Amino acid sequence: MQATEMSIFAKVKPQAPLLSVKGLSKRYGTRIGCTDVAFDLWPGEVLGIVGESGSGKSTLLSCLAGHLAPDTGEVVFATASGPRDTLRMTEPERRRLARTDWAFVHQNPRDGLRMGVTAGGNVGERLMAVGARNYGSIRDAATDWLGRVEIDASRIDDRPSAFSGGMQQRLQIARNLVTGPRLVFMDEPTGGLDVSVQARLLDLLRGLVREMGLSAIIVTHDLAVVRLLADRLMVMKSGHVVEQGLTDQVLDDPQHAYTQLLVSSVLQV
Amino acid sequence: MTDQSYNFAYLDEQTKRMIRRAILKGVAVPGYQVPFASREMPMPYGWGTGGVQVTAACLVPEDVLKVIDQGADDTTNAVSIRKFFQRTAGVATTEATAEATVIQTRHRIPEQALTAGQILVYQVPIPEPLRFLEPRETETRKMHSLEEYGLMHVKLYEDIARHGSIATAYAYPVRVEGRYVMDPSPIPKFDNPKLSDSPALQLFGAGREQRIYALPPFTRVVSLDFDDHPFDPSKAPHDCDLCGAAESYLDEVITDDAGSRMFVCSDTDFCRSRREAGHVGRLGETAGGGA
Ligand SMILES: Nc1ncnc2c1ncn2[C@@H]1O[C@H](COP(=O)(O)OP(=O)(O)O)[C@@H](O)[C@H]1O
Ligand SMILES: [Mg+2]
Repeated sequence: MQATEMSIFAKVKPQAPLLSVKGLSKRYGTRIGCTDVAFDLWPGEVLGIVGESGSGKSTLLSCLAGHLAPDTGEVVFATASGPRDTLRMTEPERRRLARTDWAFVHQNPRDGLRMGVTAGGNVGERLMAVGARNYGSIRDAATDWLGRVEIDASRIDDRPSAFSGGMQQRLQIARNLVTGPRLVFMDEPTGGLDVSVQARLLDLLRGLVREMGLSAIIVTHDLAVVRLLADRLMVMKSGHVVEQGLTDQVLDDPQHAYTQLLVSSVLQV
Repeated sequence: MTDQSYNFAYLDEQTKRMIRRAILKGVAVPGYQVPFASREMPMPYGWGTGGVQVTAACLVPEDVLKVIDQGADDTTNAVSIRKFFQRTAGVATTEATAEATVIQTRHRIPEQALTAGQILVYQVPIPEPLRFLEPRETETRKMHSLEEYGLMHVKLYEDIARHGSIATAYAYPVRVEGRYVMDPSPIPKFDNPKLSDSPALQLFGAGREQRIYALPPFTRVVSLDFDDHPFDPSKAPHDCDLCGAAESYLDEVITDDAGSRMFVCSDTDFCRSRREAGHVGRLGETAGGGA
């Protein structure tokens, strides 16, 4: 036994997955939301989920993040104290996870920001939620994060309602990343933004992902987003995962007819 | 003289039992907001219907009742509540804090230290301290049950960001025995230290919102703050112009058209007792004669 553990194979053996999903299904009455989804997400990996509107991307993401209870399946997360099926956690445990190890970036920044609270307060909230009690340090962290998402420090005491859509989205990202979450869920983070604004946000996200070594699951209908950000890709159609693999492989050599349509831009969604 | 067409203290015995159960539950879980079925009272909401119901459920014929509004016994609100209980319960009333067994209050804690056996009943307009940032009741209830109180500090953060210091001067949030975050009703933060470790029983009634909560005697109550912006129960840097008290909460009073002003104790009973004991403030001679 000991000899095996000390062998070269033990050293290159990959760690456990960060998130391991099996048999995940969610129906709305008779309609399929998503069905029999399974995948592993490895630490430091960005998984893109693509598919046309109504293919089940948001349903899947909501089930993964604990916002929606799936009918069947398991979502095992590598917590600090070992792997746990988050669907079998108590609500307090899941909420604690949601404000510490996890983060969720909504498509509409209004759903992910407190519009009546200043930019600094929005960024500081997660810090205060985990016990930060020094105003100066909270403010320093907020200033630092505003800078990292390219919002001028002079805007720290402005409310998000005074910000453009792109700035609001960047603020939402700062607010989510400030506590260094281990897994970030994003639902169409560039959706609803002008094309030029999208490009800037994508660049920024790519920088953060690389710099922080983020693990993330990003839902999008925009292949440009996954090409830039995702290591791996999952293609959904009518609630089913029809193809998954490395992003370049899937995009350059799509196997499933539906993916081929997506990639050849015949299907514009 | 008790008006015989009412039950003692106006409320019927069933209602009082229901309210007493809520009070007992509140005492058992300090700082926890207990829902209760608030009754229509012969006065509008905002006039202390929650406090009145709590007082009604606590009163016994031997009680001596004091009612204050902003520290004064003679304001309309205080007078009408006192009259209400004189009529419906026939209890003795007083303005002297030390003589009262039950004190109903709006916006103040008496200056004179309360003693064992006394009950202080607060009128509460909005019992939910998290309401300011989270309007959803289902969510705030969950936050209380899971002790998710980060949002309370977001409120204080916003204060400092806007005003340079924690500007919240009334209804300053507190943590009770390290567990529930509680709104102490709109008392000035100057009064917050008196909430803690009091020998008296403190009961809070919110009529419109149908909530009762409590601080049993000798409960530890801590005002929320930041390490680098500690809680400061500041008061105006003056002495009372009538009685000279340096440590009491003061009201600013405009005395003439030329804008002359004076500072006087907001607790009228405290001020009068001091003057009767011979203390004199800066303007005490002129004002003291009439008291
Ligand atoms: N709350 C809901 N009630 C009923 N059906 C829903 C609900 N949300 C989504 N659906 C259905 O589930 C399917 C997947 O939707 P969704 O997950 O929103 O897809 P996507 O995010 O890929 O656009 C669609 O057929 C949609 O109509
Ligand atoms: Mg969607």
